Amino acid sequence: MTNGKNIIEVVTEHKPGVLFKVSNLLRRRNFNIETLTVGVIDRKTARIIITLNDDGEVREQVIKQLNNLVEVINIRELNPQNTVKRELALIKIKVEDRISRSDVIHCIEVFRGQVVDVSRKSLIAQITGTPDKINAFIELVKPYGVKEIARTGITALERDKKEGGTS
Amino acid sequence: MALSKVSSIVERINGAEALLKSLKKERVEVIFGIPGGATIPIYDVLYDFEGIRHILARHEQCAAHMADGYARASGKVGVCIATSGPGATNLVTGIATAYMDSSPLVAITGQVPTNMIGKDAFQETDIVGITASITKHSLQPRSPKEVPAAVKEAFYVASTWRPGPVLIDMPKDVQVNVEDVHFPGKVSLRGYKPDKLKINLNSVKEASTLLNKAEKPFILAGGGVIISNASKELLELSEHLNAPVATTLMGKGCFPENHPLSLGVIGMHGTYPANLLVSRSDVILAVGMRFSDRTVGNFEAFAPDSKIIHLDISEAEINKNIKVEVSVIADAKRGLKEICKQIKALNKPKQRKDWKELVSKFKEKGIFNFGKSKGKIYPPQLLKILRTILPKKAIAVTEVGQNQAWAALYFKIYHPRTFITSGGLGTMGFGFPAALGAKVAKPEVPVVDIAGDGSFLMTSQDLATSVTEEIPVIVIILDNRALGMVAQWQRLFYNRRYSHTYLNKVPDFVQYAKSFGAEGIQVESYEDFKQAIREGLSNEVTTVIDVPIPKEENVFPMVPPGKELEKLIMKVDET
Ligand SMILES: Cc1ncc(C[n+]2csc(CCOP(=O)(O)OP(=O)(O)O)c2C)c(N)n1
Repeated sequence: MTNGKNIIEVVTEHKPGVLFKVSNLLRRRNFNIETLTVGVIDRKTARIIITLNDDGEVREQVIKQLNNLVEVINIRELNPQNTVKRELALIKIKVEDRISRSDVIHCIEVFRGQVVDVSRKSLIAQITGTPDKINAFIELVKPYGVKEIARTGITALERDKKEGGTS
Repeated sequence: MALSKVSSIVERINGAEALLKSLKKERVEVIFGIPGGATIPIYDVLYDFEGIRHILARHEQCAAHMADGYARASGKVGVCIATSGPGATNLVTGIATAYMDSSPLVAITGQVPTNMIGKDAFQETDIVGITASITKHSLQPRSPKEVPAAVKEAFYVASTWRPGPVLIDMPKDVQVNVEDVHFPGKVSLRGYKPDKLKINLNSVKEASTLLNKAEKPFILAGGGVIISNASKELLELSEHLNAPVATTLMGKGCFPENHPLSLGVIGMHGTYPANLLVSRSDVILAVGMRFSDRTVGNFEAFAPDSKIIHLDISEAEINKNIKVEVSVIADAKRGLKEICKQIKALNKPKQRKDWKELVSKFKEKGIFNFGKSKGKIYPPQLLKILRTILPKKAIAVTEVGQNQAWAALYFKIYHPRTFITSGGLGTMGFGFPAALGAKVAKPEVPVVDIAGDGSFLMTSQDLATSVTEEIPVIVIILDNRALGMVAQWQRLFYNRRYSHTYLNKVPDFVQYAKSFGAEGIQVESYEDFKQAIREGLSNEVTTVIDVPIPKEENVFPMVPPGKELEKLIMKVDET
């Protein structure tokens, strides 16, 4: 499970092979990637959000090496305190009787999630939020029986410098 | 053809022609390669294409090393070309060699047609994937009209900032198809803007103040000084500071080795004064170098009492291997210029008499000094003789092993780009083809390959190229009939257990050379050798000089791997 300690934002050319080059460099330095999400920003640009769990100097150095890739336009480490982190999870939960079904649905509502599929013996919940929130939800519904989990991994944006804001 | 006129015109041509025309626009004069199924369309255009010489190698690895040697001798981009599959994979060692030494190389490979890629077609290899971690950049144009921009981008990336190899993978249909092709005048890459690199004048100031205050300044110069053509600036700063200069293996030649402040090469096979003085300094300016393990020895114990200033073009090199006090991110020329300017503005040059005396004391103890011979011919003595015969601008190339270490230690170099060696990868077999490439770049100067017998046998089939293409060089085989350097380690660190390092007395190198139509000479004495070199210098074909030396000869000084530079071995007591 991820705690998203180190969040690296890589803005790259949107071209085939770029993700390969980025991850290849991380592989070479033996990093265990916790999450990695890629999304297109515009026709020519993509944003990769990588979370690692590594405090060492190697991380700082690998960021500089990533920056040397011709396709990398911009790279920086996001300050976790000042970053909005979101993840989406789909969780298939066993609901074998009416009582557990209504309990689980209640939990989902508390977490402001959605029931996106219901079948006779299970349902699929969709939860978005910080990784911690998703972890908490999973813990909560575990007693009912969690059949499968799919998580997107973290995507993140740093806040502009201003007062207020929530995480 | 007036190049500038053509560039604005759209032409209806195939991708192969677009490729060659683009190369010509980059002022490419020569390419090194071997054709194959996936490059026939390119070779078909080349058949009567004017203005580009093609040199037919006998192995793609050699084609890559030739292009690399050409690049290192000239400072221009070297170009090699190979077919898909085995042709492409044969380039890999050459590309990796260029990558490790930051040499500007453009490697062109044929590829199976785009609709076959990924389907395990005949002679398909994923060469872009294979070379991803040994290239600075790679491109695979998907239609003829993408070719000129790809070539432009490849040359721009290969030759600027910290140079390196770039791959252009050309699918066959891209070579064959005809399209309206436009030749762009320039490239712009959002993620790569070396000309926008700004030097931080505050760090320059910090560096200058530190150097100016130093009582015992020391300069460590690497290949970056040669790449950015900064020898003049280096000389100026070193003389102003009275700072001795040691070079890395890659930096050899960036500072004239007959200068009173020159200490020669530092590192595993570095000189006595370079390796000992570095830790007696108080401030070290490291420029255009990356603190490789072969240079530093023991990372923890490198010059513990000195403050280090690191001037390099790549920020990723700062604090990678050695923690430094001050860093300046700039190319060596610009950085040295600024530092020099600042220091001169600070005050009058300090004399630093005590330091100067210490430097000359250490130098007297031996810089190009050597031990005793075991046989009739002792390589350091031989190289000293060679130096007196060759003109100062002659180019010396080395193979890898003892030959390389002897050349680094005992063959003085006076000019940048006249010493060519595989420093980072240590590729046996690099020397001979690189020598051919250097000779193509500089036909007017003599080129010698200081070789070991093991290395030479790895690429010597390209004697055929040398004879056929009329590229005469001199190969000096320090022939110990052994993988000498490995044997030396076994002698010193593995109890003389010579596991698979002694070679049989084959081939007869004289007959071997002659069978290619080259000249072959065996020498038994220094007198013979002088005579052979003179012959070699006037021969119109390549001359292979076989110099038998004892198997058990050691290269000294040597720092045992991973040890402090201070712990260099000067000799061993042998029975
Ligand atoms: C391609 C390659 N294979 C193996 C090695 C390991 N190696 C380093 S030095 C050396 C011996 C070189 O022998 P030779 O060329 O005869 O030179 P000498 O040391 O005898 O001068 C070997 C095998 C290497 N550097 N490169």
